[in-house]
Amino acid sequence: MRLSSKHLLGIKHLNKEDIQLILSTASSFKDVLQRPVKKVPSLRDVTIVNLFYENSTRTRMSFELAERRLSADTLNFTLSSSSAAKGETLLDTVNNILSMKVDMVVMRHSASGAPHFLAKHIPAAIVNAGDGINEHPTQALLDAFSMQEKFGSLEGLKVAIIGDIMHSRVALSNIYLLKKMGAEIVVAGPPTLIPKYITEALNVRVEYKVRKALEWCDVANVLRIQLERQNQPLFSSLREYSLAYGINKTMLDSLNKEITIMHPGPINRGVELDSDAADGPHSIILNQVENGVAVRMAVLYLLANREN
Amino acid sequence: MKTILSEKQIALVVKRLSHQIHEEHLHLKDTVIIGIQPRGVYLSNRIVNELKLLVDPGKVQYGRLDITFYRDDVRKELHVANKTDIPFSIENKNVVIIDDVLYTGRTIRAALDALLDFGRPSKVELCVLIDRRFRREFPIQGDYVGQYIDTLVSQKVKVCWNEKHGRECVELLDS
Repeated sequence: MRLSSKHLLGIKHLNKEDIQLILSTASSFKDVLQRPVKKVPSLRDVTIVNLFYENSTRTRMSFELAERRLSADTLNFTLSSSSAAKGETLLDTVNNILSMKVDMVVMRHSASGAPHFLAKHIPAAIVNAGDGINEHPTQALLDAFSMQEKFGSLEGLKVAIIGDIMHSRVALSNIYLLKKMGAEIVVAGPPTLIPKYITEALNVRVEYKVRKALEWCDVANVLRIQLERQNQPLFSSLREYSLAYGINKTMLDSLNKEITIMHPGPINRGVELDSDAADGPHSIILNQVENGVAVRMAVLYLLANREN
Repeated sequence: MKTILSEKQIALVVKRLSHQIHEEHLHLKDTVIIGIQPRGVYLSNRIVNELKLLVDPGKVQYGRLDITFYRDDVRKELHVANKTDIPFSIENKNVVIIDDVLYTGRTIRAALDALLDFGRPSKVELCVLIDRRFRREFPIQGDYVGQYIDTLVSQKVKVCWNEKHGRECVELLDS
């Protein structure tokens, strides 16, 4: 039993068995995280570099924690305090790091396809922690784990993904994964933020009224509106976005059923999600964060075993 | 293929091992039983059922331990983990580890490491159904042993349980 690929570049390249293996392994690691000693010695002979060309606290900390819980040695690379600021190329940077006998690379980069490029040129296993507007596979996996934890199975589950679908790697990875696992998907948001041919390309239904998506779904995965985009002509203002597409407790209470709220974080409180919805009883946002460490432990454990 | 233990013999051995454990740990007050996943659990389930007939069933503390992440070959092959549930503290307790076959001793070595991450037991003992004599690669021995057998490295000991295989016996197979 092993993963079908040497790397985790995206959900696109995984099959259903891979996903199930990762999720069940994550379950075992979640057990480990409940113990007094939250560590296992499995990866103590592995060195992992966290190559983050884009800022991130949440994802990087989650990976770092996962690596340490597996007893791996970790190395952090951040763009600002590195020679990349002096103009060193991506490939040079990575080859230099690998010469120091680093075994695996966890990578986040602003260019879509950067990890795929790297995979062709270096022998180490690569985990994509987010590339441009392409994929964020570990986020989709932890979202799936959280949904499975809450609902038992993803088969037939009705999932609404709400927000800036166009620029969201979380959305794309989620769509790939949920489709492979037999869930039904609706994407909802302003027309300017939903790719025009998404239904033809990915076979997902589009809804421009958030309320209708919420009335249909079992679980709503709410995406962050990127504040940097408020100066682009994609929506009139954050306040208008919040009035038309934001989710709050009043709206949730007015639905004819209870739905679960998810968010990859960080939340823009008052924009896409109000605090009373984000912190309410239907939210599993903090579970997502907790599950993130277990899921990343599973991914690293399963990829490390491909070395030999 | 040779049958080492028949269904009836397994039942007798289970009874004997349970009584031996009871004899050493009279009240089971400060003793906990831990079955090793995945195959030791079938044996430990039966032993725990016997112990519940010998002492107050509420006093029997029973857990299951998966040692996948502590194996010394963890990076050579992919092993899928089973459930660990130890719903009590093992601090200052006498632990009886139960597994089906003791062969090289590496599984038990891993189990000791795993156990120590749960706390500091006052004593650890080992109970096995079959001890493949002279095949140890680590200095580990069973305290309660069902049967000692002499085997070749090329042979395999297969323990069949009703719940899993539909029959109950211990077989010695030539590869």
